[in-house]
Amino acid sequence: MDFQLTEDQRDLRAGVRELLAGRYGREALRAAVDRAEAGGAGAAATGGVDPGARGGGVVDRGLWRELGAAGFFALRLPEAAGGVGLGLPEAALVFEEAGRALLPGPLVATHLAAGTVPGAAAGEAVVTAADLGGGLIAYLAESDAVLGAAGEPAEVVAGAEPAVAVAAGDAAAEAVAVASVDPLTPLVRVPHPPVAAAGHRAEGALLTAALQTGSALRTCELAVRYAKEREQFGQPVGAFQAVKHLCAQMLVRAEVARVAVYAAAVTADPAEIAGAKLLADEAAVRNARDCLQVHGGMGFTWEADVHLHLKRAWVRAEQWATAAEAEELLAAELLDAAAMP
Amino acid sequence: MDLTYTDEEQEFRARLREWLGKVLPELPPKPSPDDWPGRRAHDLGWQRRLYDAGYAGLHWPADAGGRGATPTQHLIFLEETERAGAPYVGANFVGLLHAGPTIAAEGTAEQRARWLPPVLRGDEVWCQGFSEPDAGSDLASLRTRAVRDGDDYVVTGSKIWTSHAEVADWCELLVRTDPHAAKHRGISWLAMPMDAPGVTVRPLRTLAGSAEFAEMFLDEVRVPAANRVGEENDGWRVTMVTLSFERGTAFVGEVVACRRVLAALAREARSTGRWDDPVLRRRLGRLYGEFGALWRLTQWNVSDAQRTGGVPGTGGSVFKLRYSHARQELYDTAAEVLGAGALEADREWVADRLSSLSYTIAAGTSQIQQNIVAERILGLPKGR
Repeated sequence: MDFQLTEDQRDLRAGVRELLAGRYGREALRAAVDRAEAGGAGAAATGGVDPGARGGGVVDRGLWRELGAAGFFALRLPEAAGGVGLGLPEAALVFEEAGRALLPGPLVATHLAAGTVPGAAAGEAVVTAADLGGGLIAYLAESDAVLGAAGEPAEVVAGAEPAVAVAAGDAAAEAVAVASVDPLTPLVRVPHPPVAAAGHRAEGALLTAALQTGSALRTCELAVRYAKEREQFGQPVGAFQAVKHLCAQMLVRAEVARVAVYAAAVTADPAEIAGAKLLADEAAVRNARDCLQVHGGMGFTWEADVHLHLKRAWVRAEQWATAAEAEELLAAELLDAAAMP
Repeated sequence: MDLTYTDEEQEFRARLREWLGKVLPELPPKPSPDDWPGRRAHDLGWQRRLYDAGYAGLHWPADAGGRGATPTQHLIFLEETERAGAPYVGANFVGLLHAGPTIAAEGTAEQRARWLPPVLRGDEVWCQGFSEPDAGSDLASLRTRAVRDGDDYVVTGSKIWTSHAEVADWCELLVRTDPHAAKHRGISWLAMPMDAPGVTVRPLRTLAGSAEFAEMFLDEVRVPAANRVGEENDGWRVTMVTLSFERGTAFVGEVVACRRVLAALAREARSTGRWDDPVLRRRLGRLYGEFGALWRLTQWNVSDAQRTGGVPGTGGSVFKLRYSHARQELYDTAAEVLGAGALEADREWVADRLSSLSYTIAAGTSQIQQNIVAERILGLPKGR
């Protein structure tokens, strides 16, 4: 047993981190927020969604294609099918980095659609999924397709891939835009959301958990950096135990979630994935809150990035597997395990 | 990232499992928690069987009499022995996990020959004389002093939280040999015979009702200078060697045990109908995920130790912080399953609930662990 990152996995993670730092650093993030603020208000006011609306939104199509070219979406497709031929553990590492960078867009759904929806693997198509409850769909107006079949459980098509996609325009016909708590996750409500494919739920939950873990690690870093710089009462606030202990708990949460996500990626066991999602959701949300607390009044302003991490973490906590669903799945699994001698 | 075990590791596990299946039914029943002589005899009897079968000191280096096993083999050993319900290392804990590894790393050839074989064979028991009434988590503030007199040190002071003191043959003792040096600099590490004149042991009753540990009073106890391990006034560094071993694999068996308790709780809740309460059921589900993750974190830390040559990393503090709270949460949930039955002191899980309260205090409180994580891992400045 050697449950540590391989050299190749370390290189992969470092490469993705470098790509995202160069292509989606803080300035790009804030510009996207400003753009979404300007565009999003208009869409909500008109009470409808223009399914043909492209560009100027949250998803940067140029970046999306670059991610596609770097293998972000085709990572797990076999090389024979034009993919990279890697597995879930590598995907988890890549999504952890995307979570750290707070990269917006339906990353998980597009990744899951690679090989099913034309153009998804290369980043030419943006694919979302009805992975939220309450009839809500994220990024619908900016997407080309929705993973899953309209109004009914997804069918298994042509053997392996348990998914079909519907054109985003069909789903959007009856869509009503709602104001989203996360400025970078536009939401619409549809009366009959396409049901996300059952076969995608576990992998979707795992990759979302990886995004959450990246965010939790990032907010821990932001808090620690601020605690070292910000002085009060003649010393860095990080010298105070009350602040130190907040930071220590952030690291513990993020590290436990990170290892849980890696293990779940290795085993692909549904219960282990549910546990990883549960812990990663908690780590992302609680860490963002503690990061805000360490930043004090500054953390409560729009200018600090903390709120963007918190709001995205709230969105992701509702995606693919909620806490209640994960806990029920784990409870059922526990009962099965307990029945064994 | 690989969670599969190698052929050699699986073979090791299979052999161990077979041996446990043969030897455990022959063991005498476990003595009551307060029967210290009985516990000593029981634990040392088990150690002797391990020794005879070649499993003693598995993680010790071969040149110290151990088996030089990899951290993964040690993990498998702890997992399998716990799963099979084998006796815990118990009275032999300090000898096998603290004093032994310290002497193996820092002792002279004579010291290794004198003290290591009896620990591995199960002939001698050690206790730990580190903590003091006024020091606690600020271990380096200890005041028990040792004054050189000819070939001896004359030791005076008192120690506390000394587990197994009543039945120990030796004590790994931290003493202040230079009262004028900086507090970490004037400390030495001595092996003190527990039958030396001037040693008084007084059992200390815990909130769990048992006498888990003791106070120890030292009144001009003569300890030969030859019993000092490491240089005079270098005991703090020697001690850090010791403590780093504690946080590596110390909790492997306990995580396995907690997962077993959780399964038993699910069965109990199912049989009493409490399982139909979604709040309780979900809480049990969450704990199942939590202990699953703690098991993976254990494997992660062990793999890390294996890559770095067996030196436990800082992951131990992260693990201990999370585990100590999860364990308390587990037994609070057990109380919820039992309802008012949790007030009956001899019900299953109630004693464990009480003893779980020590986990956020022992071996460095959660607050001290958080300081360690914040300062040594995150690099935050030291406070005043």
